Amino acid sequence: MTSTQAVDDIVKSEYEHGFTTEIESDTLPPGLDEDVVRAISKRKGEPEFMTELRLKAYRHWLTMTEPEWPAVDYPKIDFQAISYFSAPKRPEDAPKSLDEIDPALLETYNKLGIPIEEQKALAGIAVDAVFDSVSVATTFRETLAEAGVIFCSISEAVHDCPELIRQYMGSVVPHTDNYYAALNAAVFSDGTFVYVPKGVRCPMELSTYFRINARNTGQFERTLIVAEEGSYVSYLEGCTAPQRDENQLHAAVVELIALEGAEIKYSTVQNWYPGDEQGKGGIYNFVTKRGDCRGARSKISWTQVETGSAITWKYPSCLLRGEDSVGEFYSVAVTKGRQQADTGTKMIHIGKGTRSTIVSKGISAGQGRQTYRGLVRIGQRAEGARNHTQCDSLLIGDRCTANTFPYIEVKHPSAQMEHEATTSKISDDELFYCRSRGLTEEDAVSMIVNGFCKEVFNELPMEFAVEAQKLLSISLEGAVG
Amino acid sequence: MLSVKGLRANVGDKEILRGLDLEVGPGEVHAIMGPNGSGKSTFAHVLSGREGYEVTSGSATFEGKDLLVLEPEERAQLGLFLAFQYPVELSGVNNTYFLKAALNSIRKARGEEELDAVSFLRLIKDKLKILHLDDSLLKRAVNAGFSGGEKKRNEIFQMALLEPKLAILDETDSGLDIDALRVVADGVNALRSPERSMIVVTHYQRLLDYIQPDYVHVLAKGQIIRSGGKELALELEEKGYGWIEAEGRAA
Ligand SMILES: Nc1ncnc2c1ncn2[C@@H]1O[C@H](COP(=O)(O)OP(=O)(O)OP(=O)(O)O)[C@@H](O)[C@H]1O
Ligand SMILES: [Mg+2]
Repeated sequence: MTSTQAVDDIVKSEYEHGFTTEIESDTLPPGLDEDVVRAISKRKGEPEFMTELRLKAYRHWLTMTEPEWPAVDYPKIDFQAISYFSAPKRPEDAPKSLDEIDPALLETYNKLGIPIEEQKALAGIAVDAVFDSVSVATTFRETLAEAGVIFCSISEAVHDCPELIRQYMGSVVPHTDNYYAALNAAVFSDGTFVYVPKGVRCPMELSTYFRINARNTGQFERTLIVAEEGSYVSYLEGCTAPQRDENQLHAAVVELIALEGAEIKYSTVQNWYPGDEQGKGGIYNFVTKRGDCRGARSKISWTQVETGSAITWKYPSCLLRGEDSVGEFYSVAVTKGRQQADTGTKMIHIGKGTRSTIVSKGISAGQGRQTYRGLVRIGQRAEGARNHTQCDSLLIGDRCTANTFPYIEVKHPSAQMEHEATTSKISDDELFYCRSRGLTEEDAVSMIVNGFCKEVFNELPMEFAVEAQKLLSISLEGAVG
Repeated sequence: MLSVKGLRANVGDKEILRGLDLEVGPGEVHAIMGPNGSGKSTFAHVLSGREGYEVTSGSATFEGKDLLVLEPEERAQLGLFLAFQYPVELSGVNNTYFLKAALNSIRKARGEEELDAVSFLRLIKDKLKILHLDDSLLKRAVNAGFSGGEKKRNEIFQMALLEPKLAILDETDSGLDIDALRVVADGVNALRSPERSMIVVTHYQRLLDYIQPDYVHVLAKGQIIRSGGKELALELEEKGYGWIEAEGRAA
């Protein structure tokens, strides 16, 4: 029996089991098997190649084991207890009013100045009100269409431009890459697709915030950005307001592809709900982000500000394949309370004259645990490759920890590597100096922390940088003492 | 304005201030002199609320309010200012930004309106001129990489900007070249007013030629052992501290 036949048989057997009717219902029972994978694909009306890709990923996932990371710990995830069907949340399951939401979360919303209606949406309460952003989004789409830029959900893209999806999806992060990437490839719910044609400079910053269906893309999000020769695009992901989500596990995959002379700037401000003081209800964020500088002189730049999640595990990486291509990674990560973060980057130098810059700023307060793990690999053909790494940790209080693990592999003698690392504490002298000038302790801390992070904030688009600063101050309130 | 009575303070097990008395009235300038390690900086720190000191007895009130129960920022907001003997570097914190935040924090606490960027920059320009400070220092991080003299001038610049009611200058003159000393003294004198009092800690009579004090005190072993007019400083310059301490022991 050929494999196609086998699949056909399985598909048929599904119908026999009355699977379709189940698909029509709102939510699939928890658990994961091939039927569920097929059901997801079917429900989305995907072309067969997509269903096949999902199944292949699923079968590969079965052969893999969940990674164990020394630096983070969390209760074992029961993958059969998760519902993989991204049906819209039923109104009766959602919190009814703001009264049911963690007061600490609401306080943060108020401090950020978020309007009530939007607070409800962020907290997962069903709202009828249509946001301004919806109409804004429509106008934006028109401007983008004029420039020839495609900016839509992955589901739409699978229908409207399947050849692009076929060509690029999984070409940077194959399903074989890691456990969570395989899982994502099998069951991904939705996500964002961006395509910038040759020579086009995208006329605006692209943000998921402006995408109508962005709010419920679910736990297995998939993003694909393709920048054709000589094009430029800046993409903003996330939102400074802490987002609550019923789904505890988030395993997203982000793929960026920059062709010759193209530049992609990808900025993230992530503020998932970290849970209450015990870390309960917090999000586990296991995401695979990778950029492929496929063409000569292409450039991919990751900038991230991470303050949320109970557990974060992410390493935005760059494959520097094109000659003279450039990879950058600017990161601020904050862990406080009982948060744990294991983050960093990988810069894989393959082409000649490739350059990379890594600036990582870790801030740890309370009992926060933070690990920076960075890999810089200079391949055999990467003549004249250069890397500069700067890795700074700032500790607030004496119960938090920060660790740095830089891994360097150099296979070409001409490589130039620079590595700087510092660990500092906010000293009593600094605090007293600020306070003696009339600043409160919290103002003093946020001022020093913002100063510490300045190099990274400078990389963010203006409005985002301002929000990120505000966010950081709020996150660290009460962190001292 | 400031009234200190029988102030005793420890660092760890060690008693540093041993019953210190000092009365400072509005508009008065008091000089405090005394040997190294006698407790001058400790006194300044205790007044401005630095942690790490334990006040075991005595009191310090400022305009009738008990200073010792207040947080450092609350004291600053009341109008207390300390020019540090060793100004602290705040790497990454822009000087202008820092000053604006400090000034607005104080204004806010006083119920005054916060200054916007434009009025603040105008204010800053005026004050810079008084201290002959180069405005490039404003674009840098607070005290980071400043020369010793620049740090001291920056302290007085901050004082000029924050317009305190009581300023404590802890050895602002040490580390200044002769011209800078003049400039700083001029800056300080420009801030003298019937409402503003100052405590000037110094080792050198020379500063007191420029900033004429109303009173001079000698602090030794945690106590004020002698007070007088500005002629006391001249006497100290000539004879050192030994004779007063000897007289103290004889008495
Ligand atoms: N944190 C501390 N730990 C231990 N001893 C301290 C501490 N702070 C001050 N002291 C001691 O207290 C005494 C007084 O110090 P202080 O700095 O007040 O002296 P000072 O009069 O300002 O001296 P100088 O003229 O040298 O500046 C010194 O013996 C000093 O070593
Ligand atoms: Mg001293």
